[in-house]
Amino acid sequence: MREFLLSVGYDAWVLPALLIIPVAGALLLLLSGSRSAREPDADQGNHSARMIAFGVLVLEFLVSLGLWWSFDPASGAWQAPVDSAWIPMWGIRFTLGIDGIALMMILLTTFIMPLCVLGSWTSVTTKVATYFALMLILTSGMLGVFMARDMFLFYVMWEVMLIPMYFIIGIWGGERRIYASIKFFIYTMLPSLLMLVAILYLGIKAGDPATGTPNFSYDNLVANPTLAPAAALWLFGAFFAAFAVKVPMFPFHTWLPDAHVEAPTAGSVILASIMLKMGTFGFLRFALPLFPGAAMHPTVRGVIVTLSVIGIIYGALVAMVQPDFKKLVAYSSVSHLGFVMLGIFALTLQSVQGALMIMISHGISTGALFFLVGIIYERRHSRLIDSYGGIARVVPVFAVLLTLVSLSSIGLPGLNGFIGEFLVLVGSFKPYPVATTLAATGVVFAAAYLLWAIQRILFNPLDKPENESIPDLNWREVALMTPLVVVIIWLGVYPAPVLRRMETAAQALVTQVEKGAGLPASAPGPRIAVRAGAAR
Amino acid sequence: MMLLQVASQAHPLSGTVAEWVWLLPVLPLLGFVINGGLALLGLRANGDARPAAGRHTYAGIVSVVGPLVLVLSFALAVAIFGAMRGAHMEAPFIRNYFDWMPVGDLQIGAALQLDQLAMVMVLVITGIGMLIHIFSVGYMRDDPGYPRYFAYLNLFVFFMLVLVLGANYPVLFVGWEGVGLCSYLLIGFWFSDKVNADAGKKAFIVNRIGDFGFLIAMFLLFAHVGVLDFRGVEAAAPSLAFGGWLVTAICLFMFLGCAGKSAQIPLYVWLPDAMAGPTPVSALIHAATMVTAGVYLVARSAFLFSMAPVAGLVVALIGGLTAIFAATIGLKQWDIKKVLAYSTVSQLGYMFIGVGVGAYTAGIFHLVTHAFFKGLLFLGAGSVIYAMHAAYHHTHRHEDAQDMRNMGGMRRFMPLTWVLMWIATLAIAGIPPFSGFFSKDEVLAAAFTRAGQSTLADAYLFGVPGGTVLYLVYVLGLASALLTAIYMTRMMLYTFHGSNRTGEGEQQHLREAPWVMTGPLVALGVGSAFAGWLNLPAILPLGPRHTLDHWLEPVVGAPTALTAQATAGGGEHSAGMEITLILIAILVAVGGIVYAFARLKPERLVPKADSPEDEGFGLVLANKYYVDEVYDAAFVTPTYQLSRIFLWKGVDTGLIDGLMVNGTSALARGLGWVGSRLQTGATGTYAWVLVAGVLAVLGAVTLR
Repeated sequence: MREFLLSVGYDAWVLPALLIIPVAGALLLLLSGSRSAREPDADQGNHSARMIAFGVLVLEFLVSLGLWWSFDPASGAWQAPVDSAWIPMWGIRFTLGIDGIALMMILLTTFIMPLCVLGSWTSVTTKVATYFALMLILTSGMLGVFMARDMFLFYVMWEVMLIPMYFIIGIWGGERRIYASIKFFIYTMLPSLLMLVAILYLGIKAGDPATGTPNFSYDNLVANPTLAPAAALWLFGAFFAAFAVKVPMFPFHTWLPDAHVEAPTAGSVILASIMLKMGTFGFLRFALPLFPGAAMHPTVRGVIVTLSVIGIIYGALVAMVQPDFKKLVAYSSVSHLGFVMLGIFALTLQSVQGALMIMISHGISTGALFFLVGIIYERRHSRLIDSYGGIARVVPVFAVLLTLVSLSSIGLPGLNGFIGEFLVLVGSFKPYPVATTLAATGVVFAAAYLLWAIQRILFNPLDKPENESIPDLNWREVALMTPLVVVIIWLGVYPAPVLRRMETAAQALVTQVEKGAGLPASAPGPRIAVRAGAAR
Repeated sequence: MMLLQVASQAHPLSGTVAEWVWLLPVLPLLGFVINGGLALLGLRANGDARPAAGRHTYAGIVSVVGPLVLVLSFALAVAIFGAMRGAHMEAPFIRNYFDWMPVGDLQIGAALQLDQLAMVMVLVITGIGMLIHIFSVGYMRDDPGYPRYFAYLNLFVFFMLVLVLGANYPVLFVGWEGVGLCSYLLIGFWFSDKVNADAGKKAFIVNRIGDFGFLIAMFLLFAHVGVLDFRGVEAAAPSLAFGGWLVTAICLFMFLGCAGKSAQIPLYVWLPDAMAGPTPVSALIHAATMVTAGVYLVARSAFLFSMAPVAGLVVALIGGLTAIFAATIGLKQWDIKKVLAYSTVSQLGYMFIGVGVGAYTAGIFHLVTHAFFKGLLFLGAGSVIYAMHAAYHHTHRHEDAQDMRNMGGMRRFMPLTWVLMWIATLAIAGIPPFSGFFSKDEVLAAAFTRAGQSTLADAYLFGVPGGTVLYLVYVLGLASALLTAIYMTRMMLYTFHGSNRTGEGEQQHLREAPWVMTGPLVALGVGSAFAGWLNLPAILPLGPRHTLDHWLEPVVGAPTALTAQATAGGGEHSAGMEITLILIAILVAVGGIVYAFARLKPERLVPKADSPEDEGFGLVLANKYYVDEVYDAAFVTPTYQLSRIFLWKGVDTGLIDGLMVNGTSALARGLGWVGSRLQTGATGTYAWVLVAGVLAVLGAVTLR
């Protein structure tokens, strides 16, 4: 497979192609949309818009899928690299490339996006072509963030991603969509501007002193750190602000429940599955490697680890008391992402790998949860948990799926959620035993809030007449959920191929940050050497 | 890896039927897939659990597939057992199937491990599981959720086998949480009743509290020992500091997990509620197998527990306290299944006394005999409930089919069940020669002996000498034995003796269950009667002695010897002492039964509806010491209210979002308003501001 892909030059064109395909699809949609809007049969136009969006995103997924095989897990170099001049005057280049971390994030994105089209099939009925066009542009923006190796290019992609989501929430959202979308926009925009300033500072400082041309190359910045510790601390602060809001870390999370509740189903899915990962990805790709000394400063690290643990427990407790199921899932994200942050800042190979696994698993499970909420919302127009009760008898397939996905989110071993949680905790325990022990109580609270919620939705007496005739999942919805279920089980039973593809990048990150921060290398510690004869 | 391959090749079981060990769990998994598929297929047509639905469309296939996979699994287990008996194996037989979590120096494989301890568990699980599956065909056949029931039951056996066959702690943990999941699903099987759904959820969450402890134990192991597979930890254990903080902490955290899964103080509260599930489930999961997983885990980790005498003392003491605590509650329950539930909690306490004092074989021995007699008791109770249900169904009365006050005199209608239940009762009460006598005696004797001489006796628990603690544990165990005899006799008297209180019309419909249900009862009856021969004490000349001791010697021999500070095999106390202990135990058991016969008068009972409330201490016991209420008031409600009022409304909505976020935006609006006031549009104002600005700048520059 790898040989075949390389023989068609896959490595050379795949990343630009992944950026271009959705944009081209968006253009196509807007062209056809403006035409069909004039036609009397708008339904027909809407349908073709859906088909186009779905086709484009399936194509995108298939194109990206080659990366799974073309990627060389052993290599530490950028893979599928692209480098060309873009804005020479300002030293901005169009530089792309992926490592194992970006690989999995890209595949997660291209996997989720077609499903989002399926999930919006009947729920979005106004300005359909525009909606899907925005979704396609959003896809390019998100993928660009994962691929960019030029700081300026990264920032452009970061903003490209923000604006379509603003419109998706603001136009197709629920009742309080305007409040939610503006809150989302300002909340994430302001710290992003701080980050822009920091990027400009970095680029100019790294520039050629003779010509004054800035240099935004990521590789150059990482390889040649020239910052004074104080400056690094300020710059780290700017990046931290941008990323911490996106994660979202406690206490910068309050935009999330509003955005999630008001966004249309696909918007919630994209937010939770992919856009929340931008924050943690930003820490892994930029904030830590660029400013290892600042990020690993004992105070900074201590504060972030503390906030992560607070986020884990706080998110779970607040999730437990939410009457609105979407809000419950939103707060559960705060809890899950707390685990990711703990894993990143504990900075052991296991904890970082675990953080990456949670990023993937959370994308799958929480995405699936939002899809299921959307499915039931379309039928009953209520997100309130108390509107339901006993509906497992009426919608058994829905019940099976909701139970399975909830169990995966709870971290039941054998399903995807467990792998990441276990690795984060087992890896973080050595540097942070107390924090990790506190974080581990999250497994109890997670069971409490989700099982209690699904009991009140699925089980108990079926006491509301309006719930007695809810139709179960149709074939489109089954087709939408099946891939998610398959991945949930696959990642729980056999995550090794994913872990192997990310290991080189994770190890490189840990080593580089430890070295940059002057920390002792976390080589396998003073352990009792008894591997011989041990079963693996 | 190559070396490992070579090492495994040399194992005496290589190339034998033991290579098929993976099939043991896979067979029930297959059953789950088939039955689960049929359940879903049936749903598309009918809708599960709709009241009107009669026997399920696929009931026929399910009745074959469900038990058949267990029969095959049991047959395979017996074959492997045969191979093991032939082979002389000192080391476990390990097979790694694929890498599960390979991350740097943490290499966790999907690996199975077969040794003598695992084999005992596999035989119990598949053997008794098979009988209970067959019984379920009769008990559950008319339930509209029949395929779903068998899907869950098969899935349970799969996870249970993974639990006992896993070669490392994380794989064991997969089974550990998996059986918890199945328990959750089966307790809440009739989920349309809130009580059942509540009970399932409670079981899962309380178990999760225990699992938290298990997780921490694994983290400690990885951080300080560096491996998580049993062989690796076993090899490293001797180099840990004996009785040091590390090994003690690992063991105590692990025991927290055991207390959750095996329903010990303070986490036992879920098990009585778990009786909401179908009765065969109570027999299989909540008596014979899953709840004993904690005992198995301690025995499996004997290499750690034998290094931590303080942890051993804690385990034994908690076991003893739980035994007596639950036994007292059992005295006052009216629901026949609740009596058995508290009895299970109490008997699990005995097992923990056994493994806690380092008599691992004794603990496992009691686990095995308990699986027989408690499985029989639950299935027998199931038969009675089945008959009661059928009777009330005929007369369309909605009375409590599980309340003993509505029973009485059942021996007339169900003589076979009556006889078999008495066998089980005598076994659990500890009357020789029934199985429970031997295992209970071994546990109590071990506690008594270890109190005199062992590493535990030399240790201190909160300043109290270990010897004193163990004598206390022995007394607790003995007292519980007395109570066990009383409450079990009470249950038998109220259910089967005296006159019948079910009702005039109902009596004609009370009858013995069909053969598919009585057959498994008979098999379990044989086991309850004779399982004691698995491990006869040396003192009694009844047949081959110490069979189980010898069988488990390669696994737990060294840790047992380490704790006992004597050569393996026990028997370090004098024959006279042993005879005395046995006589005391018999006296206590007989005394309990005689007392119950003398004091309890089933004739005086009236049906539930006409019964008066309990008073005084009886009321406290009937309400289970109000522990649920206390937990609710102390933990559940405060957590909920704290989260809702303080964290959500206060911190989240109020402080962060209200004050900080929207406060900032309000501030920005305010500043904007000030700004907009300044934009008067009058040139004069601008000029003044401009002048003021210039002056300010100039001033700042000159006065610098």
